[in-house]
Amino acid sequence: MSTFLLLTITGLGLGAMYFLIASGLSLIYGLMGILNFAHGAFLTVGAYAMWFTESKLGGVAVLPRFLLGALVGLVVGGVFAALVELFLIRPLYRRHIEQVLVTVGLALATVALVTAIWGNDARSVPAPAWLGKTTTVAGAHIPNDRWIEIVTAGVVLFALNLFLRRTRYGLIIRAGVENRAMVTALGIDVRRAFTLVFALGGVAAAVAGVLSNVYFSTVDPQRGTSLLIFAFIVVVIGGLGSLRGTAGSAVVVGLVQQYANYYASSGLGDLSVVLLLGIVLLIRPRGLSGSFA
Amino acid sequence: MTALLQVQDLHVYLGESHILQGITFDVPEGGVTALLGRNGVGKTTTLRALMGLVPSRGTIGFDGAPIGGAPTHKIVRRGVGYVPEDRDVFAGLTVDENLRLAERDKEPQYELVYDLFPELEQRGKQLAGTLSGGQQQMVAIARALLNENRVLLVDEPTKGLAPLLVTEVARVLERVSELTTVLLVEQNLGVVQRVARDAVVLDTGRVVHIGPAKELLADKPMVHRMLGVGAAA
Repeated sequence: MSTFLLLTITGLGLGAMYFLIASGLSLIYGLMGILNFAHGAFLTVGAYAMWFTESKLGGVAVLPRFLLGALVGLVVGGVFAALVELFLIRPLYRRHIEQVLVTVGLALATVALVTAIWGNDARSVPAPAWLGKTTTVAGAHIPNDRWIEIVTAGVVLFALNLFLRRTRYGLIIRAGVENRAMVTALGIDVRRAFTLVFALGGVAAAVAGVLSNVYFSTVDPQRGTSLLIFAFIVVVIGGLGSLRGTAGSAVVVGLVQQYANYYASSGLGDLSVVLLLGIVLLIRPRGLSGSFA
Repeated sequence: MTALLQVQDLHVYLGESHILQGITFDVPEGGVTALLGRNGVGKTTTLRALMGLVPSRGTIGFDGAPIGGAPTHKIVRRGVGYVPEDRDVFAGLTVDENLRLAERDKEPQYELVYDLFPELEQRGKQLAGTLSGGQQQMVAIARALLNENRVLLVDEPTKGLAPLLVTEVARVLERVSELTTVLLVEQNLGVVQRVARDAVVLDTGRVVHIGPAKELLADKPMVHRMLGVGAAA
């Protein structure tokens, strides 16, 4: 029972990270029709910005250093994403092949640049001692960082929902996901919403970067790329453009991966997720939420 | 009469097809100008080109200023409202949200909208996707009426509606035409007869007739020749 509980909480923690990356990916595709292969770069940039800030604040106590590093990571991730939209994506609206090429190129260039500056080795990321300890629940020793990951993803989901439901830009984004041309035909400059969605997606991916620094205790240049693959799977299973579908799908993918790794065979987790993707596409091609995949 | 909207030598290519082949016509200020023609002659494409929703070549003047090639949202902000052919309401948004999204003016004309369509006030919290076709058409027209537009481009508002609703839409168009200029694409000649002052007839991407709507509709052989038996029925 304690093992099952540990696997479940760990799976939820992993799902939380997948959700944070996939939420931006899903909204960007839903609104703009762009498969953003550079989304993992937002995570990498956010994660490295956090680590870099922390490394420059050696004399400061761990907690404020960690929090300041995380904040810088989020800001840098959001600003980087907004700049990508403004300078690389905006000139290529409606040119989907070029968009794919430029985002793939940016993803590769980011990894190469980070590797060139800081090397290919994983760097240790200091975090408050409490995050490295465990809390015992029903006999299971749950690493404390899992709670932070789950709670953070929950807060981001709640905040994004609130933003989408209660603000005018949220309304524009929800409408734009359905019919972008009609939004412009109501006199709305939808390009501002595009930049905002990219920035929000960048911040959410940077949150995932910060949390992945805690989860793995290190940062490395390939982090964004490896997590992005699962985020794409989450988005397709959840249904493109659906935040709720993405959240549900992220939980399922995280759990399946953990259970398969433990109960079947170590290493089968990734394969089981791909199998799950195939099954969902066969049964529900539009994904769990009904948005066309 | 001054022309509010001037279209000169307008061409639209969609893929390999030359849809509009240099059409020229004016829409005078006030009243309803009907854009008529058989299916597939380019009526909807004309409205979409005027809205900047499809790329076009030629000159489009609105209130004396060129608007051809301008982004759609800027054309709309100059006072051009659009009611698309398939209503295009946002199905996942409530009726209230659909209307709120369309607000541009500081004081949106909800009084006018709810006076014309009292049902929309009652169904404010209902998802637009769950409305009937007629109710969705009300939302589509209401969105365009919320702001003080100089001209409304209305594309087949009676398409697929029950006869009772067609009469209701015609009544609304009559009322709207007292407030603003309307360029109306419509297949139902009964509605055209009731609301339109002028008519422009298209055939295979070209303008083949311009004149008073009543004169055109009174000439049965001409209606038959230009609009086909089905349309005249």
